[in-house]
Amino acid sequence: MRRDVFQAIADPTRRAILTMLAIQTMTPNLLAEHFDSSRQAISKHIKILTECQLIKQEQSGREIYYHFNSKKLKEVDKWLQPFRVMWETRFNQLDVVLKNLKNKKS
Amino acid sequence: MIINKETIFTKDVANKKLKVVREFDASLDQVWRAWTESELLDQWWAPKPWKTNTKSMDFREGGRWLYYMQGPDGSRHFCSVDYKSVIPNKSFAVKNAFCDENGKINNDLPVMHWKNSFSKSGDGSKVEVEITFASEADLDKIVAMGFKEGFAAAHSNLDELLAG
Repeated sequence: MRRDVFQAIADPTRRAILTMLAIQTMTPNLLAEHFDSSRQAISKHIKILTECQLIKQEQSGREIYYHFNSKKLKEVDKWLQPFRVMWETRFNQLDVVLKNLKNKKS
Repeated sequence: MIINKETIFTKDVANKKLKVVREFDASLDQVWRAWTESELLDQWWAPKPWKTNTKSMDFREGGRWLYYMQGPDGSRHFCSVDYKSVIPNKSFAVKNAFCDENGKINNDLPVMHWKNSFSKSGDGSKVEVEITFASEADLDKIVAMGFKEGFAAAHSNLDELLAG
């Protein structure tokens, strides 16, 4: 199964988990309390998020804490960059076409 | 009024949508023509150094635009644009797919649904492009393909900049 940032953020529960962890680190128990889903379902989401490196876990005494890894999420923007360049180039060319249209008219 | 020519991108990965918004310093009528007449589309649709060549154009509801993009290496990629709805000077919706030279759609490559909306904005016009993908994997594929064209475009822009 594919494990990347895009798969990770495609799910609303996972996005909610990320939003919470972006505010504070949390233990699995605390995290699960915020959702109606089963603990098992939540831990599956956590597993995916961890595999996608969007969250990191840290052991502190007997507890595990989850942290949000914001660096990884920035990949989404990097991924869109070439698409952005393509459209900007296209539109700059359209500016020229429109300018010619205008000049022809006047 | 000063036209803001910044291209605004909004991504909604969860809903498999990308939105592109841009203003142009031209009348609504002119912008509409540039998006719907093949002689004009051929001049700007492909990001340089790619070129657009129209094979056939029938701009109306139920009609089709068949064209190919030619790469700097001579490679050709045929695309079909099926016009699903047309509201003159306001909006049109299309199904955009990759196909062979006879227009037979290649279902292995992503199909996109576009809605292009046009409106007056100050002295200029605003265009909103909403692209919806059938699946998230398709969205990935398209961006990867844009990658190729986008990078070629970025390089050609750089060439111009250096030459100037």
